[in-house]
Amino acid sequence: MLTDALLLQLGYNATLVTLGAALLGMAAGVAGTFLFLRKRALVSDAISHATLPGVGLAFILMVALGGDGRALPGLLLGAGLSAAVGLLCVQWLTTRTRLGEDAAIGAVLSVFFGLGVVILTVIQTMNAGRQAGLEGFLLGSTAGMLRADAILLAVSAALVLALVLLLRRPLALAAFDPAYTQATGWSLGRIDLAMMGIVLVVTVVGLKVVGLILIVALLIVPAVTARFWTDRTDHVVLIAGAVGGLSGYVGAASSAVAPALPTGPIIVLVGFALFLMSLLLSPGRGVLASVLAHRRYQRRVHMRQGLLALAQGQPIFEALTQRLMQRAGLVRRDGVATAQGQAAASKALRDETRWSIVRADSSFAVAATRYDGLTPIEDVLTPDQLAEVDARIAAPQVVL
Amino acid sequence: MTITLVNDALRAAAEVTRQASPLAVRGLTVSYGQTPAIFSVDLTLRAGAMTAIVGPNGAGKSTLLKAALDVIKPLAGTVSVFGQPLAQTRDRIAYVPQRASVDWDFPTRVIDVVLMGLYRQLGLLGRVRAPHRAQAMDCLARVGMEDFATRQIGQLSGGQQQRVFLARALAQGADIYVLDEPFAGVDAATEKAIIAVLKGLRDAGKTVVAVHHDLATVPDYFDDVVLLNTQVIAAGPVAQVFTEDNLQAAYGGRLTTARVDPESVAG
Repeated sequence: MLTDALLLQLGYNATLVTLGAALLGMAAGVAGTFLFLRKRALVSDAISHATLPGVGLAFILMVALGGDGRALPGLLLGAGLSAAVGLLCVQWLTTRTRLGEDAAIGAVLSVFFGLGVVILTVIQTMNAGRQAGLEGFLLGSTAGMLRADAILLAVSAALVLALVLLLRRPLALAAFDPAYTQATGWSLGRIDLAMMGIVLVVTVVGLKVVGLILIVALLIVPAVTARFWTDRTDHVVLIAGAVGGLSGYVGAASSAVAPALPTGPIIVLVGFALFLMSLLLSPGRGVLASVLAHRRYQRRVHMRQGLLALAQGQPIFEALTQRLMQRAGLVRRDGVATAQGQAAASKALRDETRWSIVRADSSFAVAATRYDGLTPIEDVLTPDQLAEVDARIAAPQVVL
Repeated sequence: MTITLVNDALRAAAEVTRQASPLAVRGLTVSYGQTPAIFSVDLTLRAGAMTAIVGPNGAGKSTLLKAALDVIKPLAGTVSVFGQPLAQTRDRIAYVPQRASVDWDFPTRVIDVVLMGLYRQLGLLGRVRAPHRAQAMDCLARVGMEDFATRQIGQLSGGQQQRVFLARALAQGADIYVLDEPFAGVDAATEKAIIAVLKGLRDAGKTVVAVHHDLATVPDYFDDVVLLNTQVIAAGPVAQVFTEDNLQAAYGGRLTTARVDPESVAG
């Protein structure tokens, strides 16, 4: 069944919803990257929780006007309006009071969410409210989504992607260097407003699919996952889009198979699996690579120190150093240097002597910055320069 | 009557100077809460000169530059650039912020940072083409960083980061260069490289202004100096203004802790 869903074999509606969710995931990953880079990830949590009162009030209003309270466009409009109010509250508290952004986010998030829960409880007591299914907005549910809903999802996601493409430069600039951005004549306020507007659209549109509690994960997890794989902003954006898209796709497809399962948590779990894999395995910043690189470096340092000790006729105390040098055939078991070890040791000592000359002479200032205790000096200086240094070792210069 | 006439003439002359100045601020006040960081600062930069802004910690040096460029909103005051409002002359100014003000673990490479200097010119959607890249590489070469173009910026030393920031400013091709503590925490080689680039800019007729901490090098590096301590204590050519008395007035009792070489101080 799941294979069928993943291969889009479950009928037209399910296919549309799955593709819509994938597009939403891409949009969220791409938009969330800039939020993450601007270090304002949690603002989106305040925004999403602030949607709940709007959903409830929109439902009540639509029922009161004699319409269908469950009409998605109406609910999303209400969600958007109350999320915008929540966002304004965060902005106002941050800029006009002495509260920090974290406190403002906490206050707005909890107050709006509390208000929303109260309104939903009231709705449960209404006649029309029994089958409202509004709790689907908490954790997301794609079951029962209409074709029109899926199209709304897809169009909004496409709009977000286009906006981010258009604004990628100012968004990246503002995230990296806000002062420079402002000084160069971009309006930082407007860039941030645009970013928050984009995030607001993603949040509101994603409500039905991911649910308001977990939408923050769809915005942030793809970006932090992507960060493990690249050091370039544009690549982070693309990879985050792919991770978000895959999460949305798998989540919505699974939900089509098992309608009782909330969609949001599945989407988040798929994203989390990708994150975990990246955390452990990514070549540059991953945990495994860091551990290996650290150990490799540690070994080089131990070898170097061991060789210098040999050259100066000092005993080697550290067990790791002894083990490494024995394994490399540089010393015998009793700690006496082999012929190979002697050669390597005198080479290391000559290196250090040359380096000390280079580091003391300001005319080698640029080369001296390369000194790390390990780099062979031949990698840094030309043969001519080396000859000059060696001449000074042979005949120490007389200071006048 | 005569006195007012002279005053009027002086005022008119000052106005002419201000109109011609690359960067002139008048009555600039910035406050955090109720305490002014800078108070009613008047400053008129001389075109084609290198000006140092000098003063004790907390004197408002960085604040002055940021407020002049509208990075922070001043409480009062006006700024003019070549006699025109700042909004119309943004592209003539390049700003080098404090190195510590950004996150150097940001996912971007050296060359990408320099290309940011071309964003105004590229617009929102203009593609980065070979000539733009060549221009960015040229700016990196001017600060001796061309070999680092594809490095992630977090792998650079403090001095190298500062040079990349300078290269980004160079890419803008501006007429005025505003630098916030360009020599803070950089190695000697970088300091030399940066000062050479800045002097080159000055010799090409550009205007340079920098917040500077090392009093000993002021006469070597700069033509003009502004002594600031919330207000302007003195401003003008180094030979006339950089005196023991003025420094004493700017630093108060703290001068003893500042490293001053008596021979480098005029008069």
